Amino acid sequence: MTPAIKIEQVHKHFGTLHALKGVDLTIAQGEFFALLGPNGAGKSTLISLLAGLQQPTSGHLSVMGFDVQRDYQQARRSLGVVPQELVFDPFFNVREMLRFQAGYFGLGRSNDVWVDEVIEALGLTDKAHTNMRRLSGGMKRRALIAQALAHKPPVIVLDEPTAGVDVELRQTMWAFIQRLNREGHTIILTTHYLEEAETLCSRVAMLKQGEIIALDSTANLLNRFPGKKLRLKLNGSLPLALQPLLRQQEGEYVVLNLSEVTQIDTVLLELRQAGVSLQDLQLIESDLEDVFVDLVGRV
Amino acid sequence: MSPQVHPWFGAWTLFRKELLRFWRVSFQTVAAPVMTALLYLLVFSHVLEGRVQVHGVSYTAFMIPGLIMMSLLQNAFANSSSSLIQSKVMGNLVFVLLTPITYLQFFLAFLAAAILRGLVVGSVIYLVAILFVDLPLVYPGWVLVFALLGSGLLGAFGIIASIWAEKFDQIAAFQNFVIMPLSFLSGVFYSIHSLPTFWQQVTHLNPFFYMIDGFRYGFIGSGDVSPWLSLAIVSASFFVLSWLTLRLLKSGYKLRS
Repeated sequence: MTPAIKIEQVHKHFGTLHALKGVDLTIAQGEFFALLGPNGAGKSTLISLLAGLQQPTSGHLSVMGFDVQRDYQQARRSLGVVPQELVFDPFFNVREMLRFQAGYFGLGRSNDVWVDEVIEALGLTDKAHTNMRRLSGGMKRRALIAQALAHKPPVIVLDEPTAGVDVELRQTMWAFIQRLNREGHTIILTTHYLEEAETLCSRVAMLKQGEIIALDSTANLLNRFPGKKLRLKLNGSLPLALQPLLRQQEGEYVVLNLSEVTQIDTVLLELRQAGVSLQDLQLIESDLEDVFVDLVGRV
Repeated sequence: MSPQVHPWFGAWTLFRKELLRFWRVSFQTVAAPVMTALLYLLVFSHVLEGRVQVHGVSYTAFMIPGLIMMSLLQNAFANSSSSLIQSKVMGNLVFVLLTPITYLQFFLAFLAAAILRGLVVGSVIYLVAILFVDLPLVYPGWVLVFALLGSGLLGAFGIIASIWAEKFDQIAAFQNFVIMPLSFLSGVFYSIHSLPTFWQQVTHLNPFFYMIDGFRYGFIGSGDVSPWLSLAIVSASFFVLSWLTLRLLKSGYKLRS
């Protein structure tokens, strides 16, 4: 089957800045994919290249088998992008804007049913006749998502869709996006909220300084850290014997890495022998953030 | 997704959106320029009517076509430039750039909207003016040709200016320091034969002069130069500016970079 996204040896230079350094990435149809990385890693540049908003210095990108430069019309029909910034057209209301947006893709009246479905699924029904300018930030964000979906693209890119968004919208939005994913749409997500990526995405790429430093299923990435973390609040300092386990200091707490649960016995024994008493103890599973911090910090 | 997508439906939608945009604010985009033109008309015709005859017609009949054309040109420029700079600065232009609309279609949609705004403003001024003034209309064909070419030329110029500009005040500078002087000093209010020889020659370098003179020729049947010369110069300017606009759009200069 044609991949939803294929990126081959893509380089992008901005003057002296080498923003993307030979990125290769293939995303299959129907995947829920996360593109993670610190600020300035090249995520947004990569999305701009896919969307045809910028041109790569070298390399090729395709969406649903259509080259984003050569077959740009088909490639753009196949792609819906939710931009990071809250941009809107102040002249129109939500429904008008969505119909225009679908119209730009060549879709006329017959698409209005879909537009109304998107409006309802994103909780915009009450605001359908409200001017974009008068919407609150959260509502603008919904309208922005709706705009990217107006032409029902098979591949949907969400660039930081939940930045500054309340819990209710997150839930509404993810329910709808997950439904689209079940119906066969490919979803690509960039986010700073790693727990979102962990819950939603089946595969993850981590980008750092223009290079992919990890590309694997979410499960495999988590398995790289099979251990657990022990968070302790102590009356006294951490005994020397436990220093090798120290992961980080979090305020009054120390966080230790455990390769297995039975290590807790050893830790408690060492603390007792050193005469340090416990005020609090928490056992925490490794999450994507650990993988992220480890990879981004290490490479 | 429907496979039977008409290749020009996207451009048609963009054109409709552009029309609705200026229509939504028609008080500012149509009524205001009409009001300004009528004030000019009132003041100048009151001061000069009966004292001056130009090309064998009354001063008012001479001035009205110039005023119509000046407003038409300024509004064609204002339409494409303000729409594009606004969506650039606001960032919502991205929603057009993400679509399969080609650069040629993008150009034509913005150009057609600019022409239509120019024609609407010009027509309203004309209709109001003929209520009060006896205005000849000798060659309607010339009127239409120059109205279309002139608003097209300024519409294209507006696209170029707003591609280049990054802020609203840069567009305002274009309007106040380029469009206004060129249109004021092009023979809207006077025949260039009334100028000293040097300034007549300078005026001949101003493309606005040919647009206004050719347009006025359609009304009063005479002008400072032959309408064919004006047609040649205005058409050539229109094609050069359109070609330049298309090149900028194709390269993605400041829009896709």
